[in-house]
Amino acid sequence: MQAIQLHFIDYTILIAYVAFVIGIGWSLSRYMKTSADFLTSARSIPTWVTGLAFISANLGALELVGMAASGAKYGIATAHFYWVGAIPAMIFLAVFMMPFYYGSKARSVPEYLNMRFDGRVRCLNSIAFAVMTIFASGISMNALAKLLNQLLGWNYDLALWICSGVVLLYVLKGGLTSAIYTEVLQFFMIVLGFAPVVYLGLKDVGGWHAMNHSLKTAAVENGFKDNAWSSAWQPLLGGPSQNPMGVDWFAMIFGLGFVLSFGYWCTNFLVVQRAMAAKNMGAARNTPIVASVPKMFFPFLVIVPGMIAVALTSMPEKDYRIPPPPIAAEKYSAAVTALKGADAANADAGAKAVAAALGTDVNEKAVAAMIINAHAGNLTDDQIKNGIYNAVSAKDYDGVILSLVKKYCPAGLLGLALTALLASFMSGMAGNVTAFNTVWTYDLYQAYLVKNKSDNHYFWAGKITTVLGILLSIAAAYFASMYNNAMDIIQLVFGFVNAPLFATFLLGMFWRRTTATGAFLGLFGGIASSAVFHALTLAKGNLPGVKGGYLHVLQTFPSDMAQNFWLASFAFTVCFVLTLVISLATARTKSDDELKGLVYSLTPKIKDEQSVWYHRPAVTGIILLIVCLILNWYFW
Amino acid sequence: MGLDIRWPIGLMFTLIGILLTGYGAVNAGVSRSLGININLIWGVVLLAFGAFMLLGALKNHKKN
Repeated sequence: MQAIQLHFIDYTILIAYVAFVIGIGWSLSRYMKTSADFLTSARSIPTWVTGLAFISANLGALELVGMAASGAKYGIATAHFYWVGAIPAMIFLAVFMMPFYYGSKARSVPEYLNMRFDGRVRCLNSIAFAVMTIFASGISMNALAKLLNQLLGWNYDLALWICSGVVLLYVLKGGLTSAIYTEVLQFFMIVLGFAPVVYLGLKDVGGWHAMNHSLKTAAVENGFKDNAWSSAWQPLLGGPSQNPMGVDWFAMIFGLGFVLSFGYWCTNFLVVQRAMAAKNMGAARNTPIVASVPKMFFPFLVIVPGMIAVALTSMPEKDYRIPPPPIAAEKYSAAVTALKGADAANADAGAKAVAAALGTDVNEKAVAAMIINAHAGNLTDDQIKNGIYNAVSAKDYDGVILSLVKKYCPAGLLGLALTALLASFMSGMAGNVTAFNTVWTYDLYQAYLVKNKSDNHYFWAGKITTVLGILLSIAAAYFASMYNNAMDIIQLVFGFVNAPLFATFLLGMFWRRTTATGAFLGLFGGIASSAVFHALTLAKGNLPGVKGGYLHVLQTFPSDMAQNFWLASFAFTVCFVLTLVISLATARTKSDDELKGLVYSLTPKIKDEQSVWYHRPAVTGIILLIVCLILNWYFW
Repeated sequence: MGLDIRWPIGLMFTLIGILLTGYGAVNAGVSRSLGININLIWGVVLLAFGAFMLLGALKNHKKN
């Protein structure tokens, strides 16, 4: 990607942001007296703050970049990740599950599992979670350092260590509260930083309807029906071959909408931790409700840029293309030289030589035409370089959001948008490190390694774990940067672990008969079955290996996403059935009394009738689901 | 917890709002943003948002 020139004003905005987040950490440090203050915010945060932090902890920079990329690849159907794959789960969490998480006074999700089942389930969950958060944090920082390197020319190592250092400073001083406050700051930065870009982009393509019109052309050109990019449901109902995602409606609704969605939003401590930091039960239950409002409308901020990009490519006068993967400047120079030196009489061979110099495939007809043009002396070096850039065949969809920022933002707004992006990367590290911190200190260190010490001991353990967490994240970042497949492998493992999880929670919270042995073996079996499913299936167009099918290909799926959703559905079902069967076959270890407050049927229902309607999660939840349905219908 | 989050949010966006408004007023480099002085306009919006946050923090502070 071509580098960007930042001006004084852009750097000023960036430095202001860094100063403020460190300042927040510093001001909060005087309130950090106990381990509870530091690791769980001691239940003191108001609803609107926890609500925005809840959504922000999930909205990392990878999501910003990834959603714009998906918007370009799949159009408005990407909104399924929000309207099907998030809102219902968030409302379920608010109405049904927060009472258990908050009411049990558990300090973490694994701790709840310990109360409901036993140490084995807690141990399995906390180890898996601890490893996942470190890798998630590392992936975030690696992506940030690479971006700063490619975009601004900063040294990778310097960028990585300095940014990690800034995060360390504010998390070490202010703990979870620092992370939560900066997440809310990040939320506003992202909304205010990217809204102008979306506005300018829409204006440039001629408005929403003009954009959809261009998308129809693009869809037909790619071999789909014309509504493939602008309709969320119709292409899906037509089957995997009719939509760019390559999935069928069952995999979408059950795999994504139920298993993956509920598995993440209802059990992932990274987000649940923010709700658990709320100041009382009402605030805790309303946190996911508050969060679902911006979440529902985020598609217009993060997905629409991708659609704008596709619309722009179909307008030749805009001189825009989906960016090619980053190619070194020397290769471009070599390619320009190759093009100028090529023989106009044998332009096709010349085009191949240019491709070889560049190290990647090009649109050979366009290059051949350029060779002839250059031979006639019509092109400057810059025009040749631009032409080669435009002729590269490969598309790096991840570069879309940045390419739009570069296209529309003058200095000033550019600084704001880039700072927003930076903020979300750093927030990804901060959020994961604070979640890791709590789980490590309470569920692994205190539970198994060093028990029965004073709270002050664990307070200091928490501080040391912060440093440890950051260092491990940096190591994970280097790991991700060294191996091309590292990201894929890590995402894979996340999938294996997350898929069966919700079955365990569902049975645990709603069926008193679920035993600890059943839960443990069910969860373990679910994870194992994910791995087996992956080893035996493959998506069309992939080679056996990291993508699956390395034992034997029993089933081929139309796309990676389809494979992913079916894997989740399979693992969930295995975990559910195993847990159920083994629970019935083993004796209960906890009496009804011990399970009070941990299981739905044994817990007194929370009486909401006296509160005003907008404080009652059941009422607001239903209203929000209806709004969500309306959105789905409008973009049908 | 102790620090009302609206103070740092309000202060930061007021500051950035002032920076962008000032830059936009002085420097109308609008070639990229379709001829609109987006720095000026958005700078004012950010300033308003920052002020709104600060007002909330002030009201809360007075209440206590």
